[in-house]
Amino acid sequence: MTNRPITEDDLHGYVDRVLEPERQAEVESYLEAHPDVARRVAGFSSQRDLLRAALAPIADEPLPPELNLSRIIENRQRRRTPAWWAIAAMLLVSVGGLGGWIVRGEMQALGAPGGLAALTQEAAYSYNVYAPDRVRPVEIRASDATELVHWASSRLHRPVKVPDLAASGYRLMGGRVVATAHGPAAMFMYDDDHGERLVVLTRPMTSADQNAPMTAGSQGDVGGLSWANGGVGYSLVGRADPESLRPVANEIRRQAQAI
Amino acid sequence: MNDMLHQVEPLIPHMRRYARALVRNHATADDLVQDCLERAVSHWHQRREGDPRPWLFAILHNLAINQFRQTKSRGPHAAIDEISESSLRQDAVQEKQLMYQDVLRKLARLPEEQRSVLLLVAVEDLSYADAARVLNIPVGTVMSRLSRARERLQQEIEGTANEGKVVPLRSVK
Repeated sequence: MTNRPITEDDLHGYVDRVLEPERQAEVESYLEAHPDVARRVAGFSSQRDLLRAALAPIADEPLPPELNLSRIIENRQRRRTPAWWAIAAMLLVSVGGLGGWIVRGEMQALGAPGGLAALTQEAAYSYNVYAPDRVRPVEIRASDATELVHWASSRLHRPVKVPDLAASGYRLMGGRVVATAHGPAAMFMYDDDHGERLVVLTRPMTSADQNAPMTAGSQGDVGGLSWANGGVGYSLVGRADPESLRPVANEIRRQAQAI
Repeated sequence: MNDMLHQVEPLIPHMRRYARALVRNHATADDLVQDCLERAVSHWHQRREGDPRPWLFAILHNLAINQFRQTKSRGPHAAIDEISESSLRQDAVQEKQLMYQDVLRKLARLPEEQRSVLLLVAVEDLSYADAARVLNIPVGTVMSRLSRARERLQQEIEGTANEGKVVPLRSVK
């Protein structure tokens, strides 16, 4: 028998039957000596039994078809299969990475070659390809952030910082180096508690828009904000109204400038 | 996905029960569970290793809380006594049914934060630590909410709500 005093927590542990056997016995003898407390604890126990009995039938009900997990998994796979645009985007990006000549024509139509509009589009491509990926959305996970920074910095030939968006409610999932028509870019992916994902793409600006104010843009239903500072471009995109991302974008810009 | 099916499927009835006890509406609760399962499917790779229960209940709980906020802004909906005929009828004894309905009505009077702790711990058998993870609060807070929930429910049951005199033992965190 130890001499540790019995606490309120012990009493709940006793009611929930989670104490070590020895402690359980100590609480028992305490209760024998303290009928008032014993009465209270007995009340807690009977209310626990009552709640469990009252709610037990719900867990025995047959599941409706909407809650059939195999079906949910299947539906999701079916929805994802005709993602021809994602495949097209991937081709476009990789062809761009090899030569850039097919893509260039398109980019010129969008604005200065390699400018903000192109950056936004590249970020949207990355979002479309990687954000719906449930197997491997990122190459390097947040737990290996140092390795990610090292990889991105060496491929972009400049120090890359991973924005910390915790204050905005987004956790870093990880990232990878991706191909764009204008060379390698670093992609970082974030998600919030509801699983909403955001992508930040950053790369050196090749010619146009070495410095450019924050501009909203979208590509299909993916949109966001892009800007450039001192020759480095940033684009933040998600499946949301671009304007709603402005506070997050401001935070990224603030962190990037604070070197 | 097979691994997910094996681990998650057996938990669905429990998720349903938690959701229904929390939001007290059959259809809303099932919608929340469906939403939760869809998210679980698409984010399965993001869970931590080990028991997926705290992770699933956390998603479900957050969805339910959002739901509360939305309904609150639209005005309260009529509470529905959901533990109804179909599920309890075979349990026969009329008196028991009334007792069950009664305790659930009393449970419903607890503040949401106390109700969720009590349900997770006392009904769904989550450990105190897992309940803390689900609710994203320290274990000490779980314990104090649990204590308040039990005290208050007991007062409701004994018909002494708001006049009970209780001297709790000190709580060691």
